Amino acid sequence: MDPGNVIEVRGLVNQFGTNRIHDGLDLDVHKGEVLGVVGGSGTGKSVLLRTIIGLNRARDGEIMVLGQDSRNLKGREARRLLRRWGVLFQDGALFSSLTVEQNIAVSMREHTRLPGHAINRLARLKIDMVGLPLHACSKYPSELSGGMRKRAGLARALALDPEIVFLDEPTAGLDPIGAADFDILIRDLQRSLGLTVFMVTHDLDSLVAITDRIAVLVDRKIKVGTVDELRMDDHPWIQDYFNGPRGRAAMASHGRD
Amino acid sequence: MVEDDAWINAERTADALVVAVGGDWRVDAVANLLRAATATWTAEKAGDGVSTAVVRARDISSLDSGGAWLLVHLSRQLEERGFTTRIDGLGDSHRLLLDRVRKSADRIEITEVPPNRNALVSALATVGEAAVNACKRAHELLSFFGLTVILLGRVIVRPWRLELTATLKYIERTGLDALPIVGLLAFLIGVVVAFMGATQLKQFGAEIFTVNLVGVAVLRELGVLITSILIAGRSGSAFTAQIGTMKVNQEVDAMQTIGLDPVEILVLPRIIALMITLPLLTFYANMMGLAGGAFMSVVTLDISLTQFLDQLSGAIDFTTFAIGMVKAPVFAYVIALVGCFEGLKVTGSAESVGQRTTMSVVEGIFLVIVFDSIFAIAFSYLGI
Repeated sequence: MDPGNVIEVRGLVNQFGTNRIHDGLDLDVHKGEVLGVVGGSGTGKSVLLRTIIGLNRARDGEIMVLGQDSRNLKGREARRLLRRWGVLFQDGALFSSLTVEQNIAVSMREHTRLPGHAINRLARLKIDMVGLPLHACSKYPSELSGGMRKRAGLARALALDPEIVFLDEPTAGLDPIGAADFDILIRDLQRSLGLTVFMVTHDLDSLVAITDRIAVLVDRKIKVGTVDELRMDDHPWIQDYFNGPRGRAAMASHGRD
Repeated sequence: MVEDDAWINAERTADALVVAVGGDWRVDAVANLLRAATATWTAEKAGDGVSTAVVRARDISSLDSGGAWLLVHLSRQLEERGFTTRIDGLGDSHRLLLDRVRKSADRIEITEVPPNRNALVSALATVGEAAVNACKRAHELLSFFGLTVILLGRVIVRPWRLELTATLKYIERTGLDALPIVGLLAFLIGVVVAFMGATQLKQFGAEIFTVNLVGVAVLRELGVLITSILIAGRSGSAFTAQIGTMKVNQEVDAMQTIGLDPVEILVLPRIIALMITLPLLTFYANMMGLAGGAFMSVVTLDISLTQFLDQLSGAIDFTTFAIGMVKAPVFAYVIALVGCFEGLKVTGSAESVGQRTTMSVVEGIFLVIVFDSIFAIAFSYLGI
């Protein structure tokens, strides 16, 4: 494995029934980059994410995360690898019976031997870092708005200072201002915490604004490049995506036309 | 990842307290570092010409937000002890993180989170709240009852407004599908009553009266009660879960926006269906209960089937049967009402669906038994 890569996927095959979703897919994620993953509906963006984090078992192929093959790990090793990444699910997936603060403290209690007051302080620190007001600490997820749930979910993903953060459509369902704020937050945290971000998204604005490279799922494989490289690609879907009206609007608003 | 890789030492020089830190200051190490730090300077205080503390951080090889918080936390502790503290020699990227964390850490310290209440007060408050809530619920349930009665009246006047397909579906689900379990349970209850009666009455040589016991107990009380309790657990809970899930998915809101009345669409078919099926199930349960009693009598008491039927016809009359049957529609109404009411009270989360479903079963069974005793008292006043 290349030392500059934190994730290496080789020859991934995913198939549900007779429907082959990934067929010999290769992907490298470099250390410290923000990688956006895009693709039409049903092209298996979320499946790819779930396969990398081990929630879905691939039919074939090799996945190395942080130098380890997550599928062959057992017990302690697997737990150790788990805490080196954090995942933000689409609607936050907060535990509904716990308050926001408890949600964030869960993984710290599980994986560290920190004393209670330190956990409490660190949880609140994370809450503040993702831009939530502190009175949200004692609220339950059902009392929060969608945007706040996402921020709380991000705080939980960051609880143990992971090296990689997986984001599943982080800006979906947010208003444009909230989405832009969330983009800035991700970029800011990525810089200050030195994260690698793997982000599945549909949001062209976030793609242009914060990603270093973009991986496009087409024809059961993946094409990776910067925005400018991909705009030159002559694959029809990629052309439609980046040079369609919304794509051009996103470029223009970020001064890239 | 190795926890012992992080270290902290404090040393007093002529003009400053030098706290040397280094290694991997990551969240795993925080627990050990906290302990080490406390041990290092519990005795230290500013004075004797030393008023500055320098945290020498140049040996820190990696830092995450947990470690950065600890640095901030420690320098604050030092300041509380009277030292002017500064952090030296941190790399640029680590400095960036430290500043970010310090900003947040300052904010969480000044923001007051309301303290917990005194245990006694909160216990009392919980009891009071529960009592007030119980009254509120009773009131709400009663209003809901009124609402359904009005709507039922409307359906009787204009029967074409009733969702016939839905009603039939619920009749199948609550009635037909429940037949095996209701039948088996009633049969077993008949067996148990006969067995108990037989062992007790044998002592007086009055085994034949086992038949009377089975007949009266099953027809008057047990048949309808067992069926109702089973249906409260089986269908009352299902009503709550179904309607509750629809509430969570905002289907109920969607209905209201297109001018459909959720109570009319969701609640009425369920109430009507259950009021049809529960009496039928009760009749079926009565028969199965008697069959169970007959089976036990024939097997253990040397009473022939003809003898059993003969004795039974002397022991019971139509009133016994009617007393059991008349309760069935009432219990059905109570169960369906509570099930739907709790379903409509679901808010927001999936957890709420679970809570409400539990409540619906508990309240359903509770009310069935309460009503059963009201019936018993009423019948005894009426002398039947």
